[in-house]
Amino acid sequence: MAKPVIGYKIKIIYAGAWLLLAGVQAYVLTIIGYDLSVALTDASVAQLVLTLAGYAINTSMNSYNPSPRNSLYVLSWSIILAIITVVLQHWLLLQVQPDVQGYPAFLDQSLLVRGLFDWLMIALVAILTWFWVYVRERQENEQHKEDTSRLAREAELSNLRMQLQPHFLFNSLNSISALVGSNPEQARTMIQQLSDFLRGTVKKGERQLVDLEEELQHLQLYLEIEKVRFGHRLTILLTHEDATLEMKLPSLLLQPIVENAIKFGLYDTVGEITIAIAARSENSQLVIAVKNPFDPTTAQPRQGTGFGLDSIRRRLYLLYFQNDLLSTRQEEKTFITTIKIPQQA
Amino acid sequence: MIKTILIDDEPLARTILKEYLKAYPDIHLVQECNDGFEGVKAIAQYQPDLIFLDIQMPKINGFEMLELIDNPPAVIFTTAFDDYAIKAFEAHAVDYLLKPFSKDRFDKAVQKWLAQKSSSKNMQALLETTAQRPEEQHRIVVKKGANIVIIPVHKVHYLEAYDDYVKIHTAEGFYLKKKTMSHFEQSLNPLQFVRVHRSYLIHLQELTRIEPLEKDGHVALLKSGTRIPLSQNGYGKLKEMLGI
Repeated sequence: MAKPVIGYKIKIIYAGAWLLLAGVQAYVLTIIGYDLSVALTDASVAQLVLTLAGYAINTSMNSYNPSPRNSLYVLSWSIILAIITVVLQHWLLLQVQPDVQGYPAFLDQSLLVRGLFDWLMIALVAILTWFWVYVRERQENEQHKEDTSRLAREAELSNLRMQLQPHFLFNSLNSISALVGSNPEQARTMIQQLSDFLRGTVKKGERQLVDLEEELQHLQLYLEIEKVRFGHRLTILLTHEDATLEMKLPSLLLQPIVENAIKFGLYDTVGEITIAIAARSENSQLVIAVKNPFDPTTAQPRQGTGFGLDSIRRRLYLLYFQNDLLSTRQEEKTFITTIKIPQQA
Repeated sequence: MIKTILIDDEPLARTILKEYLKAYPDIHLVQECNDGFEGVKAIAQYQPDLIFLDIQMPKINGFEMLELIDNPPAVIFTTAFDDYAIKAFEAHAVDYLLKPFSKDRFDKAVQKWLAQKSSSKNMQALLETTAQRPEEQHRIVVKKGANIVIIPVHKVHYLEAYDDYVKIHTAEGFYLKKKTMSHFEQSLNPLQFVRVHRSYLIHLQELTRIEPLEKDGHVALLKSGTRIPLSQNGYGKLKEMLGI
């Protein structure tokens, strides 16, 4: 539904303009020598009809988008409207005051002038309407652009928040603090890995697509750190088909999914756990499945995908406009998160 | 001799505590634990004077572990979890150390404990505070004999007051927990659990029918067939919740 082009303020201006015109017309008529009442009647009837014509052209233009292509249509429509208007004015005025001396003849004489004036005014309304529609469309476009980029920014922010899990960061720093005393060499290595990981997290843009190979390198940094923290419990099984290394996926997508699986696995069970990450190519899509163990007897029934996966789903939707790219399922004591990334030809 | 136990699921986090503890020859480390289950056992076995306790751990967290211990020792929390919950028990735990923490900070915490050890600030106050932590409870951890049982909240049918305990009824029978009814009323999701009587808190998903009883009384019929008496007030609350 198109919004009316004429807003409240514009309506007042519109009414004021016609009132002014009516006044001027009445004044001109009194100068020519007509009584004030005759002049006022003539002016108000004529301007009333003209106002209706202006409203008509405004409404008709409001229902479609003006473009150079239909300018001819607008032009002819304005001429037709002008003719209708002048004929209607003429007929109405003859009905209203037929008995004033010399007036019918004056009406006949002024027909052309009145017609031209009507047409000019109608064309003016058409141009103004055109202008308003144009401005409105631009505003809408800008609003749309703004909305889109705001969504992208939000996604980026939430992504950052998720990457920079303070929990992960502080616990890693605590591990480093412990290693400084017992194994300075390893402490240095871990600082390096943590720095590289953080740098990778910060520098990559939101929409940028990267090769799986690059994403796996980033993931590896994260996994090395987690192995230092949980090496006694955590085994990672990372496999991929060779063809998938070249395939593209949004940057920083995989790590949060793996982090989620690791946390889920580590905190929902005691003892050793294995996290399996497998990348394969399927119907020219990149498919990555991440498996973690969990305890079905105590785990919460999940609403949707729960956990940190909602923002991943949202991000995939923003990028691909598909809602089914992230899925989860449970098999006995294994929780499987699968993402599918469409590849551009 | 002072006995202490470290409970943390990250070995390196315990390493740093052990290193800092070397400066205190009077404090003997009797056991290291990887999780709350080991913690409960070790505390029962050694009756330590002081424990260093992580919060986020496998299966049961530090708070839940403490709830399972009848006479908990003094606690210094060690955690990366900087959250409002921490503020809540700040006043009652001996101290809490935010990871990573320095030797100085660690020393301060131990000194604080040594100073107040004689005055024995009560642990009960701490437990009450942790019980009030505003986060919503998703599971209830209880002891049954020697076992620790984790009951997901969605498996609870209803709760019943039982002297100093609360009976937690599930399809597998009931469990006892030394808590008050109002504790559960506050910590369970109020949209799911309704206090329908001074002695009963029912899980709405278990409700099948409300039946009138002689005079103005009413009873709630649960899926399991159990009949729960409703107080005047409880009946009103229930009607409001169900929009009838």
